[in-house]
Amino acid sequence: MSNTARANILARLREPQRPECGFSERDYLSRYDWDAAERVRRFTERMVAVRAEVHHATPDSWLDVVSQVCTAKGLNNLLVSPETVLGKQIHAQAERFPTLKTYDQPIESWKQELFYGVDAAFTGTTGGIAETGTLIVMPSADEPRLMSLVPPVHIAVLEVDKLYTTFAEAVQAQGWVQTGMPTNALLISGPSKSADIEQTLAYGVHGPKELIVILV
Amino acid sequence: MSSEFRNTVRANLAKPEVRANFYRAMDGLMTRRLDQFPDKVELERLRTQSMAIRANALSKLPELLETLEANLTRNGIQVHWAETTDQANQIVLSILQKHNAKSIIKGKSMVSEEMGMNHFLEALGVECLESDLGEFIIQLDGETPSHIIMPAIHKNRIQIAKLFHEKFPDIPYTEDVDELTQTARRILRDKFYAAPVGLSGVNFMVAETGTLCLVENEGNGRMSTTAPSVHIAVTGIEKVVESLLDVPPLLSILTRSATGQPITTYFNMISGPRKPGEKDGPEEVHLVLLDNGRSNIYSDPELLATLRCIRCGACINHCPVYVRIGGHSYGTVYPGPIGSILEPQKAGVDVHGELAQASTLCGACSEVCPVRIPIPSILNRLRYDGVRKDTANTNTVGSGKRRTLSEAATWKTWAWAATHPTIYHAGSTLATHFKGMLPTNLGAWTTVRSAPKLAESTLHQQVKHLGVDHE
Repeated sequence: MSNTARANILARLREPQRPECGFSERDYLSRYDWDAAERVRRFTERMVAVRAEVHHATPDSWLDVVSQVCTAKGLNNLLVSPETVLGKQIHAQAERFPTLKTYDQPIESWKQELFYGVDAAFTGTTGGIAETGTLIVMPSADEPRLMSLVPPVHIAVLEVDKLYTTFAEAVQAQGWVQTGMPTNALLISGPSKSADIEQTLAYGVHGPKELIVILV
Repeated sequence: MSSEFRNTVRANLAKPEVRANFYRAMDGLMTRRLDQFPDKVELERLRTQSMAIRANALSKLPELLETLEANLTRNGIQVHWAETTDQANQIVLSILQKHNAKSIIKGKSMVSEEMGMNHFLEALGVECLESDLGEFIIQLDGETPSHIIMPAIHKNRIQIAKLFHEKFPDIPYTEDVDELTQTARRILRDKFYAAPVGLSGVNFMVAETGTLCLVENEGNGRMSTTAPSVHIAVTGIEKVVESLLDVPPLLSILTRSATGQPITTYFNMISGPRKPGEKDGPEEVHLVLLDNGRSNIYSDPELLATLRCIRCGACINHCPVYVRIGGHSYGTVYPGPIGSILEPQKAGVDVHGELAQASTLCGACSEVCPVRIPIPSILNRLRYDGVRKDTANTNTVGSGKRRTLSEAATWKTWAWAATHPTIYHAGSTLATHFKGMLPTNLGAWTTVRSAPKLAESTLHQQVKHLGVDHE
């Protein structure tokens, strides 16, 4: 059925005279010349506007910030990869954090615990977008897709030198097309929300209720 | 005149609560969109760019679909083609059967509404649960979406509170939006946990990289496409774009036009199922490409612009007709201006051609359209197609079937009179003379308005009297 359908649809689309389209160049890269400080300012402003928490830290202080956030939120446990550069540092000082959990097996073998027993997850990011206040997250074998989605709190670190002005700029600067897309890539701009009931914003619909961004 | 459409409109106009809900919502949406575009020059530049991106993709549609299919297949996504909604439903069913699945958790998808998928599958004993909060609410009440991006816009908080209390009597009654939302979260989380198959729509498909893009705020789209072991995406064949770099401008204008957000919470780019070594994500990803009349729209150089639509809903939010009659009055999957051009083309102008007449042609829809679809021109074209005689010259389904002898004769007489100066002058002079005898009852028009009155003298007489400097 599907092969006939395919042939029929493509034949119908090829039949008519199609309009020529003079569109050739894609000149919609960066429209702004924001410097690093302006990018941080815009990013922070946008993130805070959608009720995300933004903390500014240094390479020396970010671990303290994560630890303070965990205490402030009263987290019982934290899901952290022991394989990533940042995750290794947290695991190395495990005593400063709530019980550390690892996503070291396929989802099928611990789905119940992830869905009902994990308070928060910590992940890195592959970049950020200043214009819209957005994190770029590309899940991997070490930091799988559901980490940034299922636990009620998501703590993410963004290195400021990976903060781009626009989405288009990030795509081009990081060569997404050339390197090939990962199975899943995400732009995350705040905690999960909905305005489906009377246009009133409610947070934490299906994804995290809280998003905490640590800028390093 | 009476028709199903007119009857529903009349019934909905008599519901003050529903009308108030629409007024409040649309007012807010218009203001929020305006706030997102403080720079008019930038807005027009972005609209031109977005129109060009979509027009370019359509000009290469069959080639891009082939590239898309090749790249998706290379990425491990299984591509299916459906000419009709029935074929699309059968494809979904066969995937479910292969996995022996008895339930589906759904992210938001208008194409699945177009397919009538829930009805089709539920008749076969498959549970289809909507997980978008708005869709979840209307599904509880046995309704259909009244708006393409805010499906429960016709309901207010109190109505939703009562509905939740009726459906979940164990949960204490509340009118608090946060609490209502948390109730839905708890119920749906168990469903995401257990569902074997997730289904979603698609906002953009990128041919160059073989990527399916989903725009959403809640996370139900991410949950539906990530937690279950099978993900099925259903979408129309027109949603493809050529390059990954085409996506940022479209995403930007989509979210700003739709809800006045600079970006949504989640923009989800799916380029494959779980790879060896990855610990989650679906084992299988399927894409069902639906035609359902789109290739026929494609064959007409004027109507083709309809397919540029990126489903932002801005035309709906700005339509003075929609805000008064509400989304359900249209009786179709897509309401408002976009529905009034899309639905008659899909189902035929004989079936839904009346929708093209439910417009003042005020042009608000095309003024806000991020991809500059000339909606009023297309409405006019469909009105014409409905009554035209030379039906061989158009591919529009149902052409000429709305033509009536009396209307045709009236216009024919008018055309004849207007092109014969002697007759025309005699007629207009006569009408002016006897204007007191003209009927004051002109059917529906005069039930709420006074009948128009002719002037004391005709235009020609006045011009003659006043004199003109030049012709």
